[in-house]
Amino acid sequence: MSEEKVEGEIEENASGENMDYDKIFEEFPLPMTVKEEIKNELVKINASEDVARKVVKKCYEVYLRNLMEPGEAAGIVAAQSIGEPGTQMTMRTFHYAGVAEIDVTLGLPRLIEILDVRKNPSTPMMTIRLTEEYAQDRSKAREVANRIEATYVLDIADIATDIRRMRILVSPDEKAMERKGLTLEDLKKKIEKGLKNVEVEESDGKIVVQVTEPSYKVLMDTLDKLKKLVLAGIKEIRRVIIRKEEGEYVLYTEGSNLKKVMKVKGVDASRTITNNIYEIYEVLGIEAARNAIIQEAINTLEEQGLEVNVRHIMLVADVMTADGELRQIGRHGVAGEKQSILARAAFEMTVNNLLDAAVRGDVDKLKGITENIIVGQPIKLGTGDVELVLKMGKL
Amino acid sequence: MIPKRIAGIRFEVLSPQEIRRMSVAKIITPETYDDDGYPIEAGLMDPRLGVIDPGLRCKTCGGKAGECPGHFGHIELAAPVIHVGYAKLIAKLLNATCKECGRILLKDDRRDHYINMIEQKKRLGQDCEDVIKEVFRVTKGVKVCPHCGTEQTEIKFEKPTFFYEGEHKLTPKDVRERLEKIPDEDLPAFGMNPKAVRPEWMVLTVLPVPPVTVRPSIILETGQRSEDDLTHKLVDIIRINQRFMDNKEGGAPQLILEDLWELLQYHVTTYLDNEVSGIPPARHRSGRPLKTLAQRLKGKEGRFRGSLSGKRVNFSARTAISPDPNISINEVGVPKIVAEELTVPFHVTDKNIEEARELILRTEHPKANYVIRPDGRRIRVLDTNREELAEKLEPGMIIERQLMDGDVVLFNRQPSLHRMSIMAHYVRVLPYKTFRLNPAVCPPYNADFDGDEMNLHVPQSLEAQAEAKILMSVQEHILSPRFGGPIIGGIHDHISGLYLLTRGEKLFTRKEVMSIIKPIEVKELPKPKYVKDGVEYWTGKQIFSMILPDITIEFKAEICQGCEECKKEKCEYDAYVIIKNGELVSGTVDEKAVGAFKGIIIDEIMRKYGSERTRKFIDDMTHLAIRAIMYTGFSFGISDEDIPEEAIKQIHEVIAEAEKKVEELIKAYREGNLEPMPGRSIEETLEMKIMQVLGKARDQAGKIASRFLGMDNSAVIMAVSGARGSMLNLTQMAACIGQQSVRGERIKRGYTYTNRTLPHFKPGDLGAKARGFVKSSYKEGLSPVEYFFHAMGGREGLVDTAVRTSQSGYLQRRLINALQDLKVEYDGTVKEQTSGMLVQFRYGEDGVDPTKSFRGKAVDVKRIINEVLSSEGEQVREYE
Repeated sequence: MSEEKVEGEIEENASGENMDYDKIFEEFPLPMTVKEEIKNELVKINASEDVARKVVKKCYEVYLRNLMEPGEAAGIVAAQSIGEPGTQMTMRTFHYAGVAEIDVTLGLPRLIEILDVRKNPSTPMMTIRLTEEYAQDRSKAREVANRIEATYVLDIADIATDIRRMRILVSPDEKAMERKGLTLEDLKKKIEKGLKNVEVEESDGKIVVQVTEPSYKVLMDTLDKLKKLVLAGIKEIRRVIIRKEEGEYVLYTEGSNLKKVMKVKGVDASRTITNNIYEIYEVLGIEAARNAIIQEAINTLEEQGLEVNVRHIMLVADVMTADGELRQIGRHGVAGEKQSILARAAFEMTVNNLLDAAVRGDVDKLKGITENIIVGQPIKLGTGDVELVLKMGKL
Repeated sequence: MIPKRIAGIRFEVLSPQEIRRMSVAKIITPETYDDDGYPIEAGLMDPRLGVIDPGLRCKTCGGKAGECPGHFGHIELAAPVIHVGYAKLIAKLLNATCKECGRILLKDDRRDHYINMIEQKKRLGQDCEDVIKEVFRVTKGVKVCPHCGTEQTEIKFEKPTFFYEGEHKLTPKDVRERLEKIPDEDLPAFGMNPKAVRPEWMVLTVLPVPPVTVRPSIILETGQRSEDDLTHKLVDIIRINQRFMDNKEGGAPQLILEDLWELLQYHVTTYLDNEVSGIPPARHRSGRPLKTLAQRLKGKEGRFRGSLSGKRVNFSARTAISPDPNISINEVGVPKIVAEELTVPFHVTDKNIEEARELILRTEHPKANYVIRPDGRRIRVLDTNREELAEKLEPGMIIERQLMDGDVVLFNRQPSLHRMSIMAHYVRVLPYKTFRLNPAVCPPYNADFDGDEMNLHVPQSLEAQAEAKILMSVQEHILSPRFGGPIIGGIHDHISGLYLLTRGEKLFTRKEVMSIIKPIEVKELPKPKYVKDGVEYWTGKQIFSMILPDITIEFKAEICQGCEECKKEKCEYDAYVIIKNGELVSGTVDEKAVGAFKGIIIDEIMRKYGSERTRKFIDDMTHLAIRAIMYTGFSFGISDEDIPEEAIKQIHEVIAEAEKKVEELIKAYREGNLEPMPGRSIEETLEMKIMQVLGKARDQAGKIASRFLGMDNSAVIMAVSGARGSMLNLTQMAACIGQQSVRGERIKRGYTYTNRTLPHFKPGDLGAKARGFVKSSYKEGLSPVEYFFHAMGGREGLVDTAVRTSQSGYLQRRLINALQDLKVEYDGTVKEQTSGMLVQFRYGEDGVDPTKSFRGKAVDVKRIINEVLSSEGEQVREYE
């Protein structure tokens, strides 16, 4: 809706001879992105109808000429286009991407991670954008950050054990408490809730945790639990960094939990992302996961200064997500679920695949590439896919 | 003629009857050959199993070696043994069926429910593995048989082939008896097809003996026979089998029989798979583990990946490569000795019979090597039979003619990472012994001439030759499908050459112009730019324009300094390229214009005039560049990094200052005055700051050096034009090498207990020198300590490359395997061919071929608008 408005304004502002280019497009069914670009360019040069028509017509001709040819081995081209630059990528795992404070896996290891659909990537990270009221003010942003960042007892207090009286003393640091927006009361409640078999009491600004069972082991276990107790924020998110970007405050986190972060007040869920693709799949669904794969792969390749056409990456992402589930590229995913026995046997787990196929009485229909190479037949791709035959002498 | 196709291959388990039925010989003796060297009847080398010795005939089919495919025999096992590959499935089956009645431990309606589910999933082409898993899980929990009421006991499976019922061990015979009781109707619930398998067949009673052609023996130089690993294993099996039978007949005690039975099981297990966990692998006398059936199939060199997916070919050649800038990019120089060996079939008809006859009669290079008669006999053309063959030649025969100029061949360099790794070239037969290629095609092959070898294949059929010419020619691959830009273009000296030619306003007399454009077809010279004292002068830009077709284009060159405001044609660096109607008006031609990967001019010609014209342009461009660089002369040596005393002094000052700053930082850190950066520890902050300071110092040193080197320095010319090397390389040679790093950090490893990198430093020294900062330049030379740190950093680089190649290779293999069956259909959709799964409704959302796309864009709108405008006679805008 708003887009149309903006466009209308431009046209009004432009000189009188400017006209509605949309009409011309009706004759030429170009893809949306191309249409938009032509339109923008035409507006820029303030083209007359004659010129505009010529441009669009020519664009359409070029577009038709640029189409993929039927029978083209799109998959192999895509695989090569992503695999080949892999040799030029660096192995160095850590470096910063945009935010100097957070380490992110990059280069070949990251690309492998994306295509493997790891459930736990080595460096999960989130980029959290805030709703309008929180995005402009640093202290407001800090407030959201406090709600997200995991706060442990040790972050805001000192812990001491009193073995003689079988208790643990928690002495909070007021400044730290204030920065985290916690009160003594909160702290007490959290500890009460998080620990079992203890009595929690407050005495002159300190919290005393008394173990009910007088055993040294229980005391030590309780201490460990207390240290791991999350007082505020989300467990997985170890660190939050606030940065100002394009006129708004943005939170970057080390660690990721999309589901919980999206529910936090002040977070603009529609503009918040994580680099954990599997999490996106679980929380937002397969279509979001597809976009995440594309985006992450593009970013990884671009950071390395490698130019790869999006269409290749799109195809890989589509294969991984085509049946509604996230499947990895490899043995436990796309390649392992191939219909053809011979293709699977030629990839990995040769013997097991053959044994299983025999028990099931499976039939290899020889429709794919590997199978036909194995039996020595022409493959059904490109020129091998043409079934038209010229009868000699009929010409 | 439509070739026949195999519709499908069904996989099943062989039944004992089937094994006996296909057998031509029952094998009973473990001996192979008798004393005279003849195979023993009913032995493992029984002549009925096929022939491997040339000259002999097969006793079964009468075929000679090479004709007879071999025939199976069989061994009757004295006692049943478990098939290792199915041991786990057997265990699952035993636990899922009743020990008494053999029925599945589910009520019929539940069973049918699961069977329906499996069938439905199969119909939809989905994986039914999880349903089968559930069946086994559910049945395992059932304690009482719902059919006969027998109480079930759990059967424990012990790898690789042992089953226990409580304490009691089940013999393979017991197992087989139980499996026999499972009715056909229950099998589909376990994912088994009763048409393909009976469960009891997974316990072997008869062992097929593969034909001798599968396990040929080789005769060593000493005349001794050396048997195949499989034969060895079969000998073991037969020997134990015999002993078992003898003992059983002789009434040996149960204990001995059991031992023998277990031994027989071991041999059959290792015969099938010699890498089963839990038992020691069977070994050869020398201690090498035997390669048995599973090992033959598995892995990279196994049957599937090694022999079936990768095939060996004839009509191929391999030798070292070397450059030849004088041949076209779509040609390859083939050594004469190679050309004399490789052949192309020449089909004799009544129209070309004279030509063919001439080829046979020739005694030198383009001659015929073989004549193939219509009955398939190949006759080598020799001096003795030449005349006779020529005379007897008739239409319908095929002669094999030596490779000649103009033949099309495929040229390849490993690793074949993309389709540009195999391209079609036209042959140029040349002297000497290397393949010659135009250096402009090095980038797609990723080739250089430091000893690289390449392969060459000669397509034999006319179809293959046509496809090679139309689809695989070099000029059809100038644009890369990866990013839709040129991947073939000028490298190294091409770029330096054109840079020297076109930079500024260099003037050439008629004589000079003629010598430069000698290899290029130019019909007439343009008007000279200047005429001074009656002498005509042409500029370098004019000379370059002679090879340009009519294009109009504007862009910033590689040498562009990135000024805040572009002065366009008035650029003081001559970095703004304007080409108007095929005339280079201003700017310098460098990597951005004609280089591989960048080449804007190449891209433009490709889109406007197509592949053939582009090929010609690249050919002309390389010829011109080589001539131009020869005209000026271009050299590079150690003295090119010489910088004056003054510069050295300045550099030392900069570095000393940086070192001082580092000391200050360390001091601040020690005193606790260093403010940590957000989210970083103080140590990390210190490291980052030091790295920053030292990095800046090196950059400054480099700037000083390059200021003194000037723009006419060869190294600088190469670096700025993008021909080779970078300013960083130059800095390191002339000014300062800079910080060495391991894992992205300053070097900190070494004597951890004293916390120093080398004993030359004090413990805990964090200074620049002690942590791997190299202040010398390569030309100055490194101090021993610096040298050591440099070696550390260098080693990391080497390890990195080694690890990366294997990792990215595996990634590529997985990608190819996952995506190889995707095809663009006639309706523009992308489908997986084996399952018919729809992957994309429209390829890449707009159906545009990335190769033809303009750097990813479906249509290059700006170019089209410029074209339309210029045809309307309006102002053309800048290219981005």
